[in-house]
Amino acid sequence: MKVSYYPGCSLEHSARDYQESISAVVALLNLALEEIPDWNCCGATAAHSIDEHLALTLAARNLIQAETLGQDVVVPCALCFNRLKVAEHTLVQRPAALPEMAYQGAIKIWDLLDYLTQPPLLDQIQAKIVRPLRGLRTVCYYGCVVARPPKITQRPDYENPTNMDTLVKRLGGNPYPWSYKTDCCGAGFTISRPDIIDTLVQKLYDRALEAEAECIVVSCQMCQANLDIPQERISQKTGKSYYLPILYFTELIGLALGHPEVTTWLSRHFVNPLPLLQRRGLL
Amino acid sequence: MAAAGRYGLEPQFTLSEEILRDRQICVTDCYQCAKCSAGCPLTFAMDRLPHEIIRLAGLGQTDLVLGSSTIWVCSACETCTTRCPNDIDIAGVMDYLKERAVRSGRPVPQPQVLAFHRAFLENIRLAGGRLHEPLLLGLYMLKSGQGLRRLQTGEIKADLRLGLKMFQKGRLGLKPPRRLLQLEALVKLWHQPKS
Repeated sequence: MKVSYYPGCSLEHSARDYQESISAVVALLNLALEEIPDWNCCGATAAHSIDEHLALTLAARNLIQAETLGQDVVVPCALCFNRLKVAEHTLVQRPAALPEMAYQGAIKIWDLLDYLTQPPLLDQIQAKIVRPLRGLRTVCYYGCVVARPPKITQRPDYENPTNMDTLVKRLGGNPYPWSYKTDCCGAGFTISRPDIIDTLVQKLYDRALEAEAECIVVSCQMCQANLDIPQERISQKTGKSYYLPILYFTELIGLALGHPEVTTWLSRHFVNPLPLLQRRGLL
Repeated sequence: MAAAGRYGLEPQFTLSEEILRDRQICVTDCYQCAKCSAGCPLTFAMDRLPHEIIRLAGLGQTDLVLGSSTIWVCSACETCTTRCPNDIDIAGVMDYLKERAVRSGRPVPQPQVLAFHRAFLENIRLAGGRLHEPLLLGLYMLKSGQGLRRLQTGEIKADLRLGLKMFQKGRLGLKPPRRLLQLEALVKLWHQPKS
């Protein structure tokens, strides 16, 4: 099965582990992701904050290319997904806002997690499990803009998404309920206001621990970086020694399906997941 | 009316009408339930609560809203927009006000946040259509003045240690991204006259 793919900028570098695990998992599932050849940055928070026209045009350019390819497009980054959906909404509802861009709206824009958790693919994943996750205690963290606002994302379960929980359960893990699935981690302020990050992210750590999770599963590379990289700093600052590996859902699929390169992906993390996974007998 | 005048709260509707015209968002629909502020995860960093910004915008208090830190520390997580019972796109108002503050040329109370947004957009243009993460950091450090400050305070050592660790883990690519084939049309956007 073939589908178009919009990777987004950070998957080429800072989220290399995400990209590697995605490539591995889709190959195991006999899916072919065809990268949109001349894709550009979606503009992210910067563009929609200070230049709406630029933000819409950058995202729309990608959509128009995707539509030319005639296949649905899959997006692994929550914010890229959101920006493409905003552009879609604008191009379809208010074409006069971008008169130079012609888009029919004939293709569907998918968040990668939603795409991979369609029932037939879930069944396929489950059929290929060689190493069930042995009740690994997790909380699933979906992040903010892949679900919100529902008018744009068209998600019915925007306050309490459950598809990552379902996936983790099917892989043999134990997804614990918590109320912070879609709370913001503030990733856009990682560089400019790290003090804000510390407050938001510490709250997520504390709530995850309160839910008795031993790791956090994510589907967005900004959430991953923002919960993984500053964990040592936040520990030092607060005098607590947090140990919460931040795992991509694709890494967990790779782990359960016995992909040989899992440890390479995990070695790119700042919070080393190996002690946890070894303790659980998963590596 | 006299009391309203004394507090500078004589309402005028130019701002709300402009928001409606430019973004199709009607701030005067707000009945101040404050659900946006109740659900906002960033209020601890704000100088005014989101529902106050909406009311002040509705009353035409342009200086107060454009000069507020709130619009800059909003993370655009869209919780407020999602939950507003009057269907006001509150996060969209925050974006509108930021863009307007920048165009008005007034001093911004969160210069680091603006410097980051500017460095990000400049980066896409310079790198040929995609983000180059090391260049983004460099541009930000220069534009925000944080580079010099962190050099003076010695904090730059921690930055360099972090950069080295990212490099060792294969998460910091020095190689620039591929430049777009059709870059011309894209670059033109940066020079379009602002409405």
